[in-house]
Amino acid sequence: MSDVRTTPTSDRGFFDEGQYPGIFAWLLSTDHKRIGLLYFWCIIAFFCVGATLGLLLRLELFAPGETIMSAQTYNATFTLHGVIMIFLFIIPGIPAAFGNLIMPIQIGARDVAFPKLNLFSWYLYITGAILAVTSLFTGGGPPDTGWTFYVPFSAQTSTNVSLAAVAVFILGFSSILTGLNFVTTIHRLRTEGMTWMRIPLFTWSLYATAWIQILATPVIGITVALLFAERVIGTGLFDPAQGGDPIMFQHLFWIYSHPAVYIMILPGMGVVSDIIPVFSRKPCFGYKAIVVSSLAIAFAGSLVWAHHMYTSGMSDMAVLVFSFLTFIVAIPSAIKVFNWLATLYEGSILLDPPLLYALSFILLFTIGGLTGLVLGAAAADVHVHDTYFVVGHFHFVMFGGTGMAFFAAMHYWLPKIYGRMYDKTIATVAWAIMVIGFLILYISMKIVGMQGMPRRYYDYVPEFTSLNQLATVGSWILAVGLVLMFANIFRGIFKGDPVGDNPWGGASLEWQIPSPPPMENFGEEDPVVTHGPYDFTKAGIL
Amino acid sequence: MSEEHAHIVQYKTFAIVWIGLLILTGLTVAVAQYNLGAMNIWVALGIATLKSGLVIAFFMHMKYESRLFQLSLFAALAILAIFIGLNFFDVLYR
Repeated sequence: MSDVRTTPTSDRGFFDEGQYPGIFAWLLSTDHKRIGLLYFWCIIAFFCVGATLGLLLRLELFAPGETIMSAQTYNATFTLHGVIMIFLFIIPGIPAAFGNLIMPIQIGARDVAFPKLNLFSWYLYITGAILAVTSLFTGGGPPDTGWTFYVPFSAQTSTNVSLAAVAVFILGFSSILTGLNFVTTIHRLRTEGMTWMRIPLFTWSLYATAWIQILATPVIGITVALLFAERVIGTGLFDPAQGGDPIMFQHLFWIYSHPAVYIMILPGMGVVSDIIPVFSRKPCFGYKAIVVSSLAIAFAGSLVWAHHMYTSGMSDMAVLVFSFLTFIVAIPSAIKVFNWLATLYEGSILLDPPLLYALSFILLFTIGGLTGLVLGAAAADVHVHDTYFVVGHFHFVMFGGTGMAFFAAMHYWLPKIYGRMYDKTIATVAWAIMVIGFLILYISMKIVGMQGMPRRYYDYVPEFTSLNQLATVGSWILAVGLVLMFANIFRGIFKGDPVGDNPWGGASLEWQIPSPPPMENFGEEDPVVTHGPYDFTKAGIL
Repeated sequence: MSEEHAHIVQYKTFAIVWIGLLILTGLTVAVAQYNLGAMNIWVALGIATLKSGLVIAFFMHMKYESRLFQLSLFAALAILAIFIGLNFFDVLYR
């Protein structure tokens, strides 16, 4: 992009420019970078809690029968693992943390369109998170419904589902407001020369995601509100004895929760689309196709929710239609994968940690996506529905996809935000350990699922023991990789060597300003953009 | 809408829209007397859509807004209609 280098007011950029003293510089800040970091650290904390619960679940399943916890505790643990990982880590993960940190800079803006609303969204997120945690220790004890809250069980259980439903309601509002903020920002605050076809693909993916957040999230609000009413005043909307329909709950739940899968994965795809051209030293192959495929995934992905419900008792005609629609989503997803590979082809590849994490995204997401087609085909799905095959599938997509993209984003953008570099060798070793552990853990789950082991069961027949033990060992290897990766990143943030403005040789706007960025990102004058985000020649990189 | 683009709507227009809404409400009550089978829900939702369309266009001034806002709102409502439609599609064939 054009000459936008500004002189930082200090070496620590926006870290030294808080409006208020002490902790209030963070808690009352409306600066998008500070809010992004607030989200980032909360999200990392919740990820660590969720991962610990996951490790405990795997430990319990190491052997048949009771191993380390009772059946009721097991039910509460997998519910909590799901709720924390979905609502507090993956959904806000990339958009709220890295979207806030990077998106305004990428389009040449000084902040998001509604900075105060942005801070309010974070407070809603924290309020929802506190209520979710409170639900564990109050009322009838921790919810034991799984993160899907299916009726009739969720309407009848004496555990504290009502408070958890309120928590999800509030978290939903945080997500909607962030979506509104991003759509408005991208429409209204692009700097001069930042035409729609010069927007970096990460920002494009956030734009598509924001629309899903706005359109689909209200439905989960309605769903949990109705569940709350069902429990508190017995509305009977989902109770057949009172003329209600329990399948209606599943429709409402998945109308949000399937598009939510795309809220999770689209920003991850955006991260990968931004990283691959930089480390291939080539313009992104098929930029427009990736933009259109993001919007197509957002639209088509909103119409496929009932593929979670083939065995629920809905009509056969609906099963056929939703199965067909599901296969349509594979097309734009495949377009992205082929474009990434074509970008890498004949590129001058630099195997730095961000690219390694992005490459593992492509591998693991593709495996997850293809096993998703097994589940999308109604005839095959009937056999593997509610087995560990499904658990393996969505961990490949969500953790192998979005999780790896989140880690790629950490390794790519945190040096920009903190101005310091981590140890690249340790980052590479941690990545290798994680991928090995990941494959052992989740491939074992897929196989044991194919053999017939149901998900969410506390106990299993002895024939499944060896694969379960293999999966648990995989979880330990994965955990070692995660600890190493986080330790290395955190050490880098505080003690790493200073990086320059542009450690990776990126051509988009965030690499043209100091690291860490100054308070309002750019100097006195707004930047003027004269070329695309992956035009390394015009940017003077090549 | 910004101050300089504020659009003053005549009382007469509001009154006509209000009368239109009352007539549509009457129509809702009237068709409820007849059993149209699977069409019941479509007729009821059709009239409701028309009524909310009038409210959005005139009372909420969407008629006088920019094309971008109109398109954004239309996309949201179209998606909502598809959500509802696919739900009833399942129920219809059960």
